[in-house]
Amino acid sequence: MELRKDYFADVRKDGLHEIGQPRPRLDSPGHVTGKTAYFADRNFPGMLHLKMVRSPHHHARIRSIDTSEAEKHPGVVRVLTARDVPHNVYTILILIQVGPEDETVLADGKVRWKGEAVVAVLAETERAAQEAAAKVKVDYEVLPAVFDMEGALKPGAPLVNEYHGQNYYHYDSGECRKVRFGDVEAGFARADHILEQSYQSSPIEHAPTETTGCVVTPEGNDRFTCYTNTQAMFFTLDNASIILQMPGSKLHFVGGTVGGGFGGKVDVIVEPIAILSAKLTGRPVSFIYSREEEMQISSPRAAEKVVIKDGVMKDGRIVARKVTGYTDAGAYSRHSPYGAQKGAAHYPGPYTIPNVWIDTYCVYTNRTPSSAMRGFGVTIGDFALEVQMDKLARLIGMDPLEFRFINAYRDGDMKAHRQRTEGAALIECMQEASRAANWPVAEKYMAMSSYRKGA
Amino acid sequence: MAIRRGRGVAAINYPTGMNLGGDPTQALVHSTPTGNFMVTLSSVDLGQGMKQIMAQICAETIGVPTDRVIIDTADTDTGPHCMGTFASRGTHRAGNAVIQAAKEARQVMLEVAAEELEVNASDLETDGEGNIKVKGAPQKSISIFDVALSAHFKRGRSISGRGMFLIPRSYPEKETGAMKPSTCYAHACTVAEVEVDDETGEVTVLAVKNVFEIGRALNPKMVEQQLVGGSWMGISHALYETTEPYYPNRDHGGTDFNQYLMPGPGDLAKTEIIVLERPSADGPFGAKGPGEMCANPQIPAVANAVFDAVGVRIDTLPITPERILRALRAQAAS
Repeated sequence: MELRKDYFADVRKDGLHEIGQPRPRLDSPGHVTGKTAYFADRNFPGMLHLKMVRSPHHHARIRSIDTSEAEKHPGVVRVLTARDVPHNVYTILILIQVGPEDETVLADGKVRWKGEAVVAVLAETERAAQEAAAKVKVDYEVLPAVFDMEGALKPGAPLVNEYHGQNYYHYDSGECRKVRFGDVEAGFARADHILEQSYQSSPIEHAPTETTGCVVTPEGNDRFTCYTNTQAMFFTLDNASIILQMPGSKLHFVGGTVGGGFGGKVDVIVEPIAILSAKLTGRPVSFIYSREEEMQISSPRAAEKVVIKDGVMKDGRIVARKVTGYTDAGAYSRHSPYGAQKGAAHYPGPYTIPNVWIDTYCVYTNRTPSSAMRGFGVTIGDFALEVQMDKLARLIGMDPLEFRFINAYRDGDMKAHRQRTEGAALIECMQEASRAANWPVAEKYMAMSSYRKGA
Repeated sequence: MAIRRGRGVAAINYPTGMNLGGDPTQALVHSTPTGNFMVTLSSVDLGQGMKQIMAQICAETIGVPTDRVIIDTADTDTGPHCMGTFASRGTHRAGNAVIQAAKEARQVMLEVAAEELEVNASDLETDGEGNIKVKGAPQKSISIFDVALSAHFKRGRSISGRGMFLIPRSYPEKETGAMKPSTCYAHACTVAEVEVDDETGEVTVLAVKNVFEIGRALNPKMVEQQLVGGSWMGISHALYETTEPYYPNRDHGGTDFNQYLMPGPGDLAKTEIIVLERPSADGPFGAKGPGEMCANPQIPAVANAVFDAVGVRIDTLPITPERILRALRAQAAS
């Protein structure tokens, strides 16, 4: 790594004692010698293991659940269904008033994705819990499912989630989050070229070294300690408090070093049911995802579709950009309505474009709910935007890097969501990339600056 | 049939934090009689090294070496509130809270030292090595250890401070989308060089040159660790990863690391990282949040490089050999 201190030296105070120093991490000796304690290193006497019975169907009505054989299985202590959960229908962003509550802790009458939790089995050993889970009999009536976002948005599509009433999230702005800036149609009308292209991504996995999980102990004073690898302590505690209808004062969450998050550990999935299990059995409970659960059950990054329509002039100026983004939330909201909205704020990318139109949709389908992942709302948008930029440059016969200089935002420029640009540094990054990659651009671009006089 | 070379570029920015949800984090700082400083938080260290960075921020602010600061975090009984570690917010939000708390603690520390040295607190400075000295008269000094002892046992003072950083929630305007989604933006430009085998569709990333502008590299070694890791993750996202290889078809989803493709050590590109620092107005020592951003620009840069190499556009992620071969076949047919 090279620190290029010559850029922005006039606005930076160097020479501090601790900041800017490459101090060795105080925690790394513990990591590399295996001494760092993670939540799963805690093992309590009498600890029970929780395994989930999961839906084999993408969309089905539950006619009946028979747990009698599972309850008789040696080592089984308790079997939980939806009626054991005090506030079974929840949504995590209700903490910031982003509703409606649309997801069940344990399925109640219906499953909406393959892998959805239906019954929780608590046993003395992981093996007994697994064997007993296989003995739970669930009678399903399979329903038509919808997997692609276009199909889900068509009239007459199977309804994925009754709590929404339609297969998209309803924002206060309507069926999508909107950004309107300038007059995009007028921009297209005067453009030399129009280019409309569609981009698509697939779901991906966070792939942390440490899978999602928690260990809960009843403290004997009506309080419960939850050792967890959540990325957000109070966010998880507060949601658990709602689901369990238990005052937050009864809950004590202990985290520590987490073996990788990447956004995969800000859903609140394992903690509430594990705390409930500890309460109902009076014993410590461990609920830890297997690698298979981490990959196919825990939320992935959403698949997204991004349609970009641009109007560009022969001289390289983009005069209009219209973006329609679709986020595949899967069967439940989790963080996806936020992600789609974050996308609306991110487009049209780090470029100053006078006419912009953005619509971002959060769409429900019968698949594993997607949620937060490193850069969600932005990452796929950047893929689409930057491939589109390459296509536009080639369309008008311009160098792709020079084309970006022409449109790059600078201090003081008004963004589509109506904030003035501050602290821009895109131009300087491109100048340095030009040098480092030996990708020469015209001198006038190397002389540009993100600073603007009076900005 | 041939191995073809190409290169592609991408330039991006990335917002720090989550203003659209409201964004508070608190910190408490206090000294113990050992002269160490405790920072109490409820933020989570995901392995990225948040505890180390909070220690350096507190140490710089108080004026002690980093190894005199202990971080106690991620316990809801002892730690003040934090929204969580996500949205590239940890260093920025918690760092600001730690600075505020540490400044308050430093002030008490200087007041106690002033009483011991019989000078005004405003005439004192820290040397960064554990001592407090009179400005212009460095021979007149007291160790922070002695100040802590004095505060605890003689002066009856608590060397402590409270810190709070709150970005008020921004609500998007319904019709125009006017909003304030973030406080500051990090930037990047990546150039990727690839080889594409037009017989097998296989892509080899030869090199990625990443330029990142991150406000301030608080600990350059840790910045490097995060940016290199992010760059690998971006390449992995571009070429290998998906839980649903034939999305929207639900079949063939990987369930372990044999089936779920990621690059192994032999697949990693030569990775170059260059860092620029334009301090943000509201960041701790100017820092921005590059944690999420650093995995983004490689994806379009690789996609553009593949086009440059073989002349086909793969607009669907991941860019698999199968998709490249199908596109080459379609191109040959037309």
